[in-house]
Amino acid sequence: MNLAIRDIRYHRGRFILTSIGLGLLLGVVMSMGGIYRGLFADALAVLDFAKADIWVVQQDTNGPFAETSRIPEDIKYRIRAVPGVAEASPLSFQTIQIERQGKPFRFFLIGYDLNGFGGPPGIIAGRGIRQKHYEIVVAKAMRMEIGEKIHLGLHDYTVVGITGKVVSSGGDPAAYVSLADAQDIQFKKDNYAIRNDRERIGANLAAIQSLSPAQAKYLQQNIAGITESTHTVNTVVARLAPGADLKEVQERISRWNHFRPISVEEQTKILTKGMIEKARMQLGLFRIILLVISAVIISLIIYTSTIDKIRVIATLKLIGSQNRVIVGMILQQSLLMGAIAYGIGYVLILLTYEKFPRRIVLEPFDLQALFAIVMAICMISSFVGIRKALKVEPAEALGG
Amino acid sequence: MYAIEVEKLTKIYGKGETAVTAIADATFQVKPGELVAILGPSGSGKTTLLTSIGLINEPTHGKVVIDGANIADEGWIPGLDLKRIRREKLGFIFQAHNLIPFLTALENVMIALEINHLTKTEAKHRATELLISLNLGHRLNNYPTALSGGEAQRVAIARALANKPKVILADEPTAALDTENGKNVMALLKKLAVENHSAILVVTHDHRMVEGFDKIFEVRDGVIAQETKRDS
Repeated sequence: MNLAIRDIRYHRGRFILTSIGLGLLLGVVMSMGGIYRGLFADALAVLDFAKADIWVVQQDTNGPFAETSRIPEDIKYRIRAVPGVAEASPLSFQTIQIERQGKPFRFFLIGYDLNGFGGPPGIIAGRGIRQKHYEIVVAKAMRMEIGEKIHLGLHDYTVVGITGKVVSSGGDPAAYVSLADAQDIQFKKDNYAIRNDRERIGANLAAIQSLSPAQAKYLQQNIAGITESTHTVNTVVARLAPGADLKEVQERISRWNHFRPISVEEQTKILTKGMIEKARMQLGLFRIILLVISAVIISLIIYTSTIDKIRVIATLKLIGSQNRVIVGMILQQSLLMGAIAYGIGYVLILLTYEKFPRRIVLEPFDLQALFAIVMAICMISSFVGIRKALKVEPAEALGG
Repeated sequence: MYAIEVEKLTKIYGKGETAVTAIADATFQVKPGELVAILGPSGSGKTTLLTSIGLINEPTHGKVVIDGANIADEGWIPGLDLKRIRREKLGFIFQAHNLIPFLTALENVMIALEINHLTKTEAKHRATELLISLNLGHRLNNYPTALSGGEAQRVAIARALANKPKVILADEPTAALDTENGKNVMALLKKLAVENHSAILVVTHDHRMVEGFDKIFEVRDGVIAQETKRDS
């Protein structure tokens, strides 16, 4: 006769409620694990989707995600010319927060060369960008419709396509526009700033006495071009030709072009070790704290349940029951509670993880490891109750 | 052969100046089929005597023999499996029935049998038979909370009888019952002692409940003061 099952059957209301409570706690532990994995996935999403071998950024910076990096767009031609580089394409990145339907609306804007690579990875609705201006592809998480317009910078942009789960390292959903549009949005100065720059540069040129009149006139004519230029990008991504040596290509870019060529491996390290390390450690700590809390709660529940059964245990001992019957009852109850609570937590997280504001990635290994940890916690926690039960004297069954 | 033989049984709690003698030099015998009462007020030592015979409380001195097996002689006999002896030779009936609350009446009797290594089918068959014989056939699947005091005590008696013990020890079995139910339980014990040929030792403080007992030992301040023999 399984006493654990009989006890649970009799006290099913209490057992179910306890398991639900514990299940909610384990659901939070699972979601923490999912957020922890999600941080990695988010941090590396743009990196993965670009499918580049080298990220060329401003010298002495860890750009474009960890630090600001600004390089001329034309660098793409020089990178393409480096032996071993098959193709190179400029990209710009910018986090934008606007107000939409009365609420703050934050996203990560990626500008890409329509003839290059690094654009939206998979269109799930609509189409990709075909025109050089005023078209935008947005991530599904932005919850925008095809044909909807969004005002950025000085212009309205029409949503022409929806892409999947592309996010910034901060977890903001990504949107794609043409490089020219992205440069406009990011670098275009307002009229006041342009006028100010023109006057300042003009005055500086006029002050240079050594210029010949012809040189001075030529430069004056180009002031507008200089002050209004937006041909800046944050990075140029490059793909290697088959058989090309990564280190050699990096060395060439670094030595001859004076930019920093970051490999995917290095970029991954910058993103994971640098940018999300603290958040990762914090989540890890939270998980440990929650597991300790779960252990304490399970111990308390099992201990209280054992205290409630002191007379039952004493009676069982008095009628000659073996210790294994009593130990089995406590241990099985503890393990059953853990297993049911885990199941509740799992179902809960499975039903809700897509609704979380940040990405939750549920890895089978993590879930299996957590199950093993929960079972171990239940086993260890039940020792408190078992110890108490083994100390119960049969004589305690006597008396009123 | 006696079912219970107790010779100069002494139980002392504590040591030195704080030592308290709960039972001193108790000597008596109970034959199979005899219904014996140990009568005395609270604190007289009757429960200590019961627990020493019941292999729960180790005697300080003296000898205890159950069904011919030497159990204690100046302390427990070394190497004895006390749990096994309790399981096989002794049955216990408690003041507050002590039924396991999350088991049905049938399961409460079955558990005693399963602990003694009977299969589930055998245990169920024997437990059902016992409960029916005690007029509890209609209560097999009821939990203790759904039983009256008298019914719960009859289930407890069925559990005590389950393994056909040679000795049944009852600790104030009528204390939680009204007079009528108490008398019914005592009558049932008397009937079972004869039918099962078991020695039944009942500890009680209630003189009214020992009518028809074969022997009555009165205990006062740890000493068996008087033995009264009655006709059955």
